[in-house]
Amino acid sequence: MEKWENNRAWFLVLPVFVVVAFSAIIPLMTVVNYSIQDIFGPGNAVFVGTEWFEEMLTDSRLHDALGRQFIFSGLVLLIEIPLGILIALAMPKKGWGVSASLITLAIPLLIPWNVIGTIWIIFTRPDIGLFGVGINSLNLLDVPFDHTARPSFAWITLMAMEVWHWTPLVALLCYAGLRAIPEAYYQAAKIDGASAWSVFRYIQLPKMRGVLTIAVLLRWMDSFLIYAEPFALTGGGPGNSTTFLSIYLVKLATGQFDLGPAAAFSLIYFLIVLLFSFIFYQALLNVGKGEKIA
Amino acid sequence: MGLQLENLDKLVGREIYLKDIRLDLASGSRHVILGRTLAGKTTLLRILAGLDKPTHGRILVDGRDLTGVSVRKRSVAMVYQQFINYPSLTVFDNIASPLKLAGISKQEIDARVRRTAAMLHIDNLLDRMPAELSGGQQQRTAIARALVKETQLLLLDEPLVNLDYKLREELRVELQQIFKQRDAIVVYTTTEPAEALMLGGNIVVMDEGRILQAGPTAQVYRHPSNARVAEIFSDPPINFVHGHVRDRQAWFGRGISLPLTGQLAGLAEGEYTFGVRCNHLFLKASSPEDIEIRASVELSEINGSETFIHVSYDDQKLVVQDDGIHQLKLGREIPVYVNPCHFFVFDEQGRLAAAPDQACHSNL
Repeated sequence: MEKWENNRAWFLVLPVFVVVAFSAIIPLMTVVNYSIQDIFGPGNAVFVGTEWFEEMLTDSRLHDALGRQFIFSGLVLLIEIPLGILIALAMPKKGWGVSASLITLAIPLLIPWNVIGTIWIIFTRPDIGLFGVGINSLNLLDVPFDHTARPSFAWITLMAMEVWHWTPLVALLCYAGLRAIPEAYYQAAKIDGASAWSVFRYIQLPKMRGVLTIAVLLRWMDSFLIYAEPFALTGGGPGNSTTFLSIYLVKLATGQFDLGPAAAFSLIYFLIVLLFSFIFYQALLNVGKGEKIA
Repeated sequence: MGLQLENLDKLVGREIYLKDIRLDLASGSRHVILGRTLAGKTTLLRILAGLDKPTHGRILVDGRDLTGVSVRKRSVAMVYQQFINYPSLTVFDNIASPLKLAGISKQEIDARVRRTAAMLHIDNLLDRMPAELSGGQQQRTAIARALVKETQLLLLDEPLVNLDYKLREELRVELQQIFKQRDAIVVYTTTEPAEALMLGGNIVVMDEGRILQAGPTAQVYRHPSNARVAEIFSDPPINFVHGHVRDRQAWFGRGISLPLTGQLAGLAEGEYTFGVRCNHLFLKASSPEDIEIRASVELSEINGSETFIHVSYDDQKLVVQDDGIHQLKLGREIPVYVNPCHFFVFDEQGRLAAAPDQACHSNL
C-alpha cells in the first residue's frame, strides 16, 4: 500500500469527525448496544442477541401504535398538502396583503410545541374554551365535547391542532414555488385560452413539484415523529387511542425502564422513517419524469 | 387583417409607459420594433395581444374596435424572451396545446403539429419533455406552439435574446424564411440593430414610450429622422462630433474644415452635429476625399472578428470599427480616416439636416 504523503491532512478532518461522532455515531451505537442486551442495572447486563427485536416485531401494542401512526401521518398529508396549496393559490400577489398574510401564516410556526398543546387544551375545554363551549352550546353531540371524552374527540382535536400548526409551512413553501413562476407563463396560457384548471394542472402544479417534494417529506417525517402535542393534550389517551409510536416508546423506555426493547424499537422506528422518506422521495422524483426540480 | 393603433397611451400610476402610439399594420406585413430596454416594446406587444388595456386610444381591426376584447377571443400568438413551455407535457403536446383548446380534430392536430415541428427541425424531439431539451430546442418548441395556431397576429418579444450567438444566427435566418411564408402580421421586438436589418420589412423605432420613426427598415437606416434614431439604430452607437457651418465650410474640432459638397451642399450657416457610423471610420485612407483626424487610443475592444477602437479627439469620443483583431497601445496617437460623404448632419434640435446619398453607399 502506498504511504500517504501528508499525514497532517487528518487533523483537518478531525473536528468534523469528533462532532459527528458525539452527535450521531456514539448515541446510535449506544442504542445498538442496548438493543442486544438485557439491562438490569448499571454494569449488570446480559447479552440476548436478537431477542428484543423478535419481541418488538411481534408486540401487538406496537402494531397498534404503528397502525395509528400511519393513519395519522396519512391524514396529515391528505389534509395539509391540498390545503396548503389552496391557501398559497389564494394568497395575494402584491401589496400590503402579502406581508400581512405571510406574518399571519408564520405565527403558528413560531409557537413552541408544548405551548401549542396547552393552547389547544384551553381552546377545547368544555367549561372555558372557546371551541368547547361553542360546540357544546349547539347541542349536536350526545356526549358533551371534551378532548378526553372519546377517542374520536381526541383525534379531532389532535388533527385540528396539527393542521393549524403545520399547514402554514406547506402554504409558505407552495407560495414561494408559485412566486418563482415567471409572469410570461400565465400570459402564454391566457393567449392559448387555457382554463384556470389547466393553468393549475399544467403550469402551477409542475412548477411547484420541487417545493412539494420538500413539503411532503418534511410533513411525513415530522408527523411520524410526533410526540409533544399528543403528550401535552392527552398523554396518549383516552385509553391508547392517541398512543403513537414515540409516545409508546417513551412509555416503554422511561415508564417501564425496558431499555433493551426500547432500543430495539428505536432502531426499527428509525428504519421505518428512513424507508418511507426514501420511497416518497423516489416517487416524487419520478412523477412527470424529466423535469428539473426547481 | 389590417390593424390600426390610434393614439394609444399607457400610464401606470403616474409613469408614462406609452405615449401617443399610432401605427398601421397591414395584413401580411412584418414589423420589427427596435428600442433599448424600457422603451415600451413589451408594453406595446402586450396591448397588441390584448393582455393589457391602453389607458387611452383604440385598437382597430379592419375598422372594428377591438380595444376591450379579451385575449381569448383574438387571433394572436406570442413568443417570449424566456422559453415558455408547459413543463409536464411532451414537445408534441406542448405544440398541440393551443389546437386542443380550440377543439380541432385529432388527425388534423397530429398533421399540423408534425408539419410545424418539421419546419422548426424539432420533429425528432416530439416525445421529449421540455427540461430534456437545450435552450435553442426549447425556444423552437415555443415558436412552433405560436406558429401552429396560424393566427392573424404573431408577436415575438425578443425571442432570441437568451440564446447563444450561434443558435441566434441560425434561428434568425430560419425565422425570416418562416415569416415570409405567412400572411399573418408579424411583430418582432429587439434591441439589436443588426437583427432588425437582417429581418427586413418595416421598422418601428421606439424610445421612452414614444415612436420616433416608422417605415421600411432600409429607408429608416439611411434616413434616421433624428439623432436619437441614428443612435438607437447603430451598434455600436453612431459617433457624434459637434461642429458648425460658416463661410461655405463645415468646421469641427481643432480646425478641421470641409468644403460643402455632396449631401452637405444645402446646409445653411449654424451649429450642427455630425454623425458617422463606426464602420465608416478607418485606420487607413481609402479615397482621396478622406479627411484625417488625429486621435488618441483609449481602449481597444475585440468583438468576434472585429476590433472596436475607442479613441478621443478634442474631448470627443469616437469608436472605430476595424476588421480583424488588433491590439493598440493605450494613449497612442493614431490617424482616423473618414469620407465626408458618410456624414449624417443633425441640426440644433437633433433633426436630420442631411444624410449620405446613394452614390456614397455604392462606392463603399
